[in-house]
Order: sequence, then C-alpha cells, then structure tokens
Amino acid sequence: MKIKEKLIELILKLCAFITILTTIGIITVLLFESISFFRSVSIFEFLTDTEWTPLFSEKHFGILALVSGTFLTAAIAIAVALPLGLTIAIYLNMYAPKNFRKTLKPILEILAAIPTVVYGFFALSIVTPFLQNIYPDLETFNSLSAGIVMGIMIIPFISSLSEDALFAVPKSLKLAAFGMGSTRFQTAFKVMVPAASSGIIVSVILAISRAIGETMIVAIAAGQQAQFTLDPTIPVQTITSYIVQVSSGDAPQGSLEYKTIFAAGLTLFLFTFSLNTISFWIKKKYQEKYE
Amino acid sequence: MGKEKNENVIESSLKRKYKLQAKDVNVFYGDFQAIKEISMDIKANSVTAFIGPSGCGKSTFLRLFNRMNDYVDDFRMEGKIFIDNQNINKKKVNVELLRKQVGMVFQKPNPFPKSIFENVAYGLKIQGLKDKTFLQERVESSLKQVALWDEVKDNLNKSALALSGGQQQRLCIARTLAVEPSIILMDEPTSALDPLSTAKIEELIHELKYKYTIVIVTHNMQQAGRISDYTAFFYLGEIIEFDKTNKIFTNPEKKQTENYITGRFG
Amino acid sequence: MNNIRKNKIKDQAFKALGMLFTLFGVSILVVLIYNILHIGFTRISWDFITSLPSRKPEEAGIYTAIIGTLDLMLLTVIFAIPIGVGAGIYLEEYSKKSKLSSLLEINISNLAGVPSIIYGLLGLGIFVRYFNFGGSILAGSLTLSLLILPIIIVATREAIKAVPPSLKEASFALGASKWQTISNVVLPSSFGGIITGIILSLSRAIGETAPLIVVGAMAYVPFVPHSLFDAFSVLPMQIFNWTTRPQQGFAVAASAAILILLLITFIMNGIAVYFRNRWQKKLK
Repeated sequence: MKIKEKLIELILKLCAFITILTTIGIITVLLFESISFFRSVSIFEFLTDTEWTPLFSEKHFGILALVSGTFLTAAIAIAVALPLGLTIAIYLNMYAPKNFRKTLKPILEILAAIPTVVYGFFALSIVTPFLQNIYPDLETFNSLSAGIVMGIMIIPFISSLSEDALFAVPKSLKLAAFGMGSTRFQTAFKVMVPAASSGIIVSVILAISRAIGETMIVAIAAGQQAQFTLDPTIPVQTITSYIVQVSSGDAPQGSLEYKTIFAAGLTLFLFTFSLNTISFWIKKKYQEKYE
Repeated sequence: MGKEKNENVIESSLKRKYKLQAKDVNVFYGDFQAIKEISMDIKANSVTAFIGPSGCGKSTFLRLFNRMNDYVDDFRMEGKIFIDNQNINKKKVNVELLRKQVGMVFQKPNPFPKSIFENVAYGLKIQGLKDKTFLQERVESSLKQVALWDEVKDNLNKSALALSGGQQQRLCIARTLAVEPSIILMDEPTSALDPLSTAKIEELIHELKYKYTIVIVTHNMQQAGRISDYTAFFYLGEIIEFDKTNKIFTNPEKKQTENYITGRFG
Repeated sequence: MNNIRKNKIKDQAFKALGMLFTLFGVSILVVLIYNILHIGFTRISWDFITSLPSRKPEEAGIYTAIIGTLDLMLLTVIFAIPIGVGAGIYLEEYSKKSKLSSLLEINISNLAGVPSIIYGLLGLGIFVRYFNFGGSILAGSLTLSLLILPIIIVATREAIKAVPPSLKEASFALGASKWQTISNVVLPSSFGGIITGIILSLSRAIGETAPLIVVGAMAYVPFVPHSLFDAFSVLPMQIFNWTTRPQQGFAVAASAAILILLLITFIMNGIAVYFRNRWQKKLK
C-alpha cells in the first residue's frame, strides 16, 4: 500500500519537525516578552546599568550585574575544570595503563550524571564550611564554592571530549615524536595537544556554555544578590538564579518583574547560542584536517 | 507501413525468447559513467556469467535488473531494461513486486539475526502470507532445494547466525527461493566462502538452472567456465564480448578477451 | 646530559600530577557521597518515604515528591519516546541530503546545548500561559519531554546507524517496502541502543529542577496530586526547597532525599549501561 508508506513517512517527518517547532517556540517566547519589556526599559539602560534591582522599590535594570555573576562563577569553574580536565585527558591518553583508563573513565562520567541540585547542596553544606576554615571571611553565599563545585561537575566534559580529540590524532605523529626520543610530556605538549587543539578548544567552549547555563548550583550556593563584582567571597546572582528567584515567587503575569526573566533569558540564550555556534563552526572547519 | 508492422511482429516474437533484456543502457553516478551503451539479451533457464576486472560495472549492471541501484544517491540510467518483455523502469511498475520475481544473493552472506525459519519465511511474511502450514511447507521445500534441510531440520528455531559461512549463504539462497522468483541474480556469491562450500553452491546452481534463470557476477574465471552457459566480459563499463561460455574460453573473438582469460591483465 | 635529565623529571612529574588529578576527581565523588551519607543516612525510613512535606523538619517526608516524580516520568515517557524515536528514524532512514536535512540536524545539535532553564521559560510561555495548562504535571512533563528529545533522537540515530546496511539490502531484495524493512529488520536490531538512550534521557530528566521551578512546580505541596492539572512537586525540587531552609533538620532531610535520588539515578544509569553492553555484544 503506497498510501500507508507515505502516511508513515509523513508522521515520522512531523516528529522530526517538532524540533524545529521547539526552537521557534523558544525564540518566540523569549522575543515576545522581551520586546514588551523593552517598551518599558530602554535597551541602553539594560546594557549599561550595573545594578539589577527589579524586585526592589527603586528599580534598576542593568543586566551587567547578572552577567558579572554568571561570568564570575563560570570563570572559576573553568579555572578548575580546564587544568584538571586537560591534564586528566592527557594522562589517560598517554600515560595510564589500559585497565586503569577503562575503569576510571566511567567513574569520571558519573560526575556528569549527578543531578545538579545535589552539587548545590554539596557546595553550600560541605564546601563552603570547609573553605571558611581556610578563609574565615568567606560569606555563606559566595561564588567561590559554587564555581569550584561547578568546575568539578564540568571536568568530565573537558576530559572526555579532549581525550576523544587526542585519540583522533593519527598514531603516526605520536610515533614520530617518540622515534625522535621525545618524552611523553614533550610529545603531549609539543605534538599531541597542538594537533588536537581544535577538538580541545571545542570541549572548552562547550564547557563554558554549560557553566553559563547552570542553574541549581548557583541558585543554592552563590546567593541572591545581584552585584557587579569580581570578588569571589561575596554573594552574587547569576542570570539563571535570578530566573529561579522570580519563578519561585509570585510575580503576576504581564508585570514588569515577570517580563524581566524573559529579557534575562534572552541574554542567556544569545550567549550560549553564540558559543555553541562557534564551537560547531570550529568543529566543521578543522575536523577536515585528518580526514 | 505494412512492412514495418511485419518487422515489429518478428521483433517482438524474437523478444519473447529472452527472459532479460537490456537496450542501449548507460548508467551514471553523478558525472562518472559506469556503464556505456550496453545491450544484452539473456535466455530463460540459462546461467550467464559476468566476468571482468574489479570496478568495471558488473555489479552495477546486475543490479539494474532488480533496481537495487535506486537506493544510490547519484544514480541515473538511460536506456531500457526488460523482464518478460516489460520495461521495469516504467512508473507504474511496482518495485516490490519486481523483486519478488527477481531474487538476489549477495557476496557476503547476510542472514537476518533471526531464526533459520524466520529467515526463510521472511519474504513470504512481508507479503502478508500467514498460514502456518503453508509457511512450513514452503520453508521446508526451499531448504531442501539448497540441500540444507537435513542439516537444520531439527534446529529451525536456532539463530541463523550460528551457521557456518557456507551454510549461511545457502540459507540466503533458500530465503530467496522461498518467494518463488523466476530469476536469480548472484553477486559474487562464493567469493567469501571456503572451497568446499563454494563447490556445494556451484552444484546447487547447476540444479537451479532448470527452474530459474541465473545471472552470476564472478571474479573466478574457472567458476564461470564451470557453471555458466553464457559469459559476458566487462571492461571499463562496456561489454567487450558476450557469447557461449565455451566460445569465450576456447576461441574468443576479441584480443582483449583473450588477454583477460589467459591472465595477461586484470 | 642535563637536558635529558630535566625532560625525564618533567615527564615523571606530569605523570604524577595526572594520576593525582584523576584520583582527585574520583575522590571528590567519594567525599561527596560519604558526607551526604553521614548526614542523611539515618533519616531514611519508611516514614520518610510515605510522609507528606511539613513545616516541621522532623515530620517532613518525600511522599508527594516521589509520586510527583513517578507521574512526571510516566507522562514524559509517553510524550518523548514516540516523538524522539520517530524523529530519529526519519532523520536516519528517510531524509536525504538537502538543505532541509542539514537544518534539522544543526537545529537538534543546537537544542542539545540550550540551558535547561530556557526550556523552563519555553514551558512557561507556551504550556503554562498560552495553552493555559497552569503549573501542572501536564505542563511539566511536556517541558521535560522537549528537553530530553534531542538526547533520544541522537541515541536512536546512533543505534540505527550501527545496523549493517547489508541487512537492509537483503530485506529490500526480497521485496520488502521501506517501512517493512525498518520495522522488521532495523528496529529489532537497534532496539538495545534505543532503550539505552531512553533510560539515560529519563535518568537526566529525573534530576532536573530548574525548568520545573520556572514552570511552577510548587515547592510546598502538602497533598498528593490527583489529576494532570494539579500542582505537583518532584524529588529534586523537594531537595532544593529543604536546602534553602535554615534549620539543620531540613539539611538532614535534604541529605536523605538526595541519597534516594542518587540511588534512583545510579540504578537507572546502571541498567542503561547493562543494556548497552548486551546490545553491543549482539552487534558483534
């Protein structure tokens, strides 16, 4: 029955098109409310004011305050995850015996499977008190604990993807280096890492994107005070934790407070979309190298 | 006018002798021309072998007869292919029905990861034939035709993948026979098998030709010499020579054919 | 001579660093689990599982949250699996190389990288407000379904890709139609891989909090939801709620709830890995 076949194909095609609808939905929802928001608040103020206080009586709508919180926590996370993740990737790829690698890789993957709310609890209840022993001036809510724990969560992203990138480097390069008497260390940093650099960079960009979009860890441990700062010992607020804050409250639909979460969300979406697109483009452009 | 009509009548009664026909066929994959102006007539109940060096279009040409090239992205064909005088590329032709009449056996045995019974019954089940007795009879007769019945009759529910390579290939042939085609296309059916299995299958082909029309692509010239009635020598997408096997191997017309047969190239 | 020695030292030093970092990663996991066990293990009891949330930490339980999680997962499964697997089949078996198919692929790859809270905003705008489903299980499960859709699609595609093309050829050569080939040959062979993807995506969905907060999962739901349109709570939300309370008793309750959530997550991942191994063996 040719009709039956065509019908099945159509149904399956519609399933695939739901993904397009999803993207359209995201863009529509974000734009719709944001455009409405920007009728009340100028884009200039939004982009340049360094205070974000939509829920207070004296309202400021400077996204920079939230952006600084987002980037501060993300930067700390990457500062933790990049050296650890990359070192682990090189170690597993070039030094570790096969069995060691086989058992350890899945265990590291577990770090990525733990729900982020658990990490949030861990950051607030265990890491912060621990750090306060070392530095008593650390406030209860701070970006340092949140950033460090986020970094731990992200390690598998960098280590796994970087390791895959290293794995994809043709063996001949590795053997050539060894053949000239290089140590593994020299081979790793002078030959392997440069050869796998596009893959490693992609893994870092994706990790940054992940860190920027993270919600629960910062919502629990980083605080609810939007501050334009680089100080890791005081509370901050990220775009994501702000959205959580408003959603947990009772901002009525159509109110300005309600619309702020969409304007903030749009900002976040633009950041992560740009990062993901850049990484996609890099992958595409440089993957041809070895094919 | 009258003269032309007479010629047409004569031509079409000649056509009726031929089971498969190709007329002025050209095949392109994108810009690359894989088949150049080939015409061929194949008689019913014969075994025709396609020989020639790798990449010369033998498999491509074989697959024109069951339209398996349709799945390749850049495939384009000019010319006509006839089976029982019907142009098989016309829009109204039901490809699935065509493939029930024209079966195919592949180079590497490819049984489904199902039981032996399910493999052989597959072609029938997809036609909607469900009657258990009917299926059992057909499976049995197919397996008997390929001389596999005695070996597997007590294990029909076992996975087909547990069979040896030679047995798997015979199973694939049984699977093809079960739908009762009239033509069987074989694309290097024994090249992945050991000599003993190869011999068994060559014996099988000998017997099958009384009921079926067989076209077989082979790299093995001795095999072509052993089992085929007619042989076509392909080179770079063209047919250099097509004649009775005897003639091709003892007294070929073209020098190229002779060179290939005697191993001077390819 | 000196240079060679220096290089050797660097090499050994890095090796030690690598081992240290790797073990650090593993030990953090151990530290995390140990600490939470330490705080919360004794709080786990049958009472804890069957009690409703309460303003008093000693009486608080996860019953509502567990029921909510189960209901939510059930609905999400119903929505996400047919659409996700269907889309995967379409992309892998039907769609031909064209601008449209590239667009679909890029789009899915992009959706996989969108932060989960954005999906929450999507759910809020469309399901909660526009369709008027309210902050309900229906809205929550539709939102989560969209979130995990890319995961299921990718897993389905990978599983289908692994089926040898020779099997499909054999099926076509016997006169099977495209859908017959897919349903009789391709899907049975890729089943294990697809199941693995589904379980992993569900395991991810169970731990999601942010999108559900935005959609309006109530943090305090002291009743058991009865209909699709009721308010609801889920386990990670309950954990979040208790974590933000100052009383130590709630920290203990949160730890206990975390242990249960981790148990569920690990079991699901374990099952998925088991299925994947069995399926990969079958392919060989």
